Amino acid sequence: LSTLALIEQSNGTIAGSTLNALTAAKELGGDVTALVAGSKAADVAAQVAKIKGIAAVLTASSPAYDHGLPENYADLVAAATKEGGFTHVVAPSSAFGKNVLPRVSALLDATQISDITKIESEDTFVRPIYAGNAIETVKSKDPIKLLTVRASAFPAVELEGGSASVSDAKDPASEPQSEWLSEELTKSERPDLGGAKKVVSGGRGLKNKENFDKIMFPLADALGAAVGASRAAVDSGFADNSLQVGQTGKVVAPELYIAVGISGAIQHLAGMKDSKVIAAINKDADAPIFEVADVGLVADLFDAVPELTEKVKA
Amino acid sequence: MSNKLRIFVPVKRVIDFAVKPRVNKAGTGVETTGVKFSINPFCDIAVEEALLLKEGNKDLVENIHVASVGPSKAQDILRQALAKGADDSTLVEMGPKDTELEPLGVAKVLKKLIEEQKSNLVILGKQAIDGDNGQTGQILAGLLKWPQATQASKVSVNGDKVEVTREVDGGVETVAAKLPMIITTDLRLNEPRYVTLPNIMKAKKKPLKVVKIKDFDGVANRLETLKVAEPAKRQAGVKVENVDELVGKLKETGTL
Repeated sequence: LSTLALIEQSNGTIAGSTLNALTAAKELGGDVTALVAGSKAADVAAQVAKIKGIAAVLTASSPAYDHGLPENYADLVAAATKEGGFTHVVAPSSAFGKNVLPRVSALLDATQISDITKIESEDTFVRPIYAGNAIETVKSKDPIKLLTVRASAFPAVELEGGSASVSDAKDPASEPQSEWLSEELTKSERPDLGGAKKVVSGGRGLKNKENFDKIMFPLADALGAAVGASRAAVDSGFADNSLQVGQTGKVVAPELYIAVGISGAIQHLAGMKDSKVIAAINKDADAPIFEVADVGLVADLFDAVPELTEKVKA
Repeated sequence: MSNKLRIFVPVKRVIDFAVKPRVNKAGTGVETTGVKFSINPFCDIAVEEALLLKEGNKDLVENIHVASVGPSKAQDILRQALAKGADDSTLVEMGPKDTELEPLGVAKVLKKLIEEQKSNLVILGKQAIDGDNGQTGQILAGLLKWPQATQASKVSVNGDKVEVTREVDGGVETVAAKLPMIITTDLRLNEPRYVTLPNIMKAKKKPLKVVKIKDFDGVANRLETLKVAEPAKRQAGVKVENVDELVGKLKETGTL
């Protein structure tokens, strides 16, 4: 048993969800080799080599891998897997991992198991299906297991305590098939939604974008929390899609989740019901969100949230 | 290559998104008897995008072919897509006792159909809301060795070059590739239209070819489902009367 772990990085910074996926990689039980690619691969490799429990780091220092373009990246991962004879390949269940790893599945003719939340043994894994309304345990008969890891189900690795060797990966240097043009990322001083310890989420009850910003942002800042939103709020244009929590958005499991003006549709609950403590503020006492909330307050959010914000600050 | 688009749209029949699925008594899957099934919402968006490309650009689209791998009843969702404006369709029929194929097997079946259709653009949903695997499009791109753009929120075709805006963590990014290519759809790409009864009647004359799954080789499943269980239930907590009590309760949990 030996594992290849994909390191997602942007401009020299390791993506948060990769640190959770590395914990899953270590749990499999074999040696973990990390794969770092991009023009800043050497810098990132130096950081990854210090992570406890990483046996080796492979680097592909080429700008072809800078934006995680899936065609080149999948070729690299498939080549590295064959070269190293790895039995498991692990990636975070992020936009990057979801884009690249299934393509590797085609190249290696090996089945991928998506979004695992638990490792039962080296060939048996647990994952949610039907938006988390059912939990499936599957056993893979494939010689190579490709796994994407749900970040909220595994803790992040410690960044210290290791001293892995670093060497060059065999770079297939494939011709690029697609071209990266631009990106528009939401800039925020607040914690990243995926890894935040506290999340405050707003829903349709906020009525419009002005209210969303005016009510939710001060509460988030008072708590040091990330901001999330329900799909209804995103669809109505109150919040950016990157803030969407749910089956089709982000899955989060913070220590504290405060749902404001969110009724609690199935697909929203799928994205947050593993939070440690859930609080809900909604004026409808029958809203399904109260069925999962540890603490519920039936109140008009326009009165209750500003008051909560003041009392948190005090 | 001619710049005319031959669009291929794979679609899947799933338990309707508004139904809360229940695990069956045997713990082998979810209850399907007496449950409403519909086209997977992301597949509906894929059909819509193909139609919008055809309607918005004179002479750009030569053909829209929809296909499904599934039970006989999946003909319903193919008929709906035909009624909305797709040209022809294929059902790869699974028997009532066949186990549903994994994404790798589905992609191998689709690859063969795509080659027969001489398609040069495949648009499909980013995930099906039953298995939540989110793999088929990317596997298909890998099998065909075509470029891929997943989680699309905007698509524009310019000659043989296609620009796609993708939903990524923290925002969006834009990529471009040349045809032939694969696009998977995200929620904000478009709003699917409703199908009208007269169009459903008219679509009955449109081609729907049925082939059997046993005519395809090498698509066997690799995974064994050991069990399917209900998720751990959360106990509903307490309701409090005011903000002070809310703050108090949260402080008790140590999270505030």
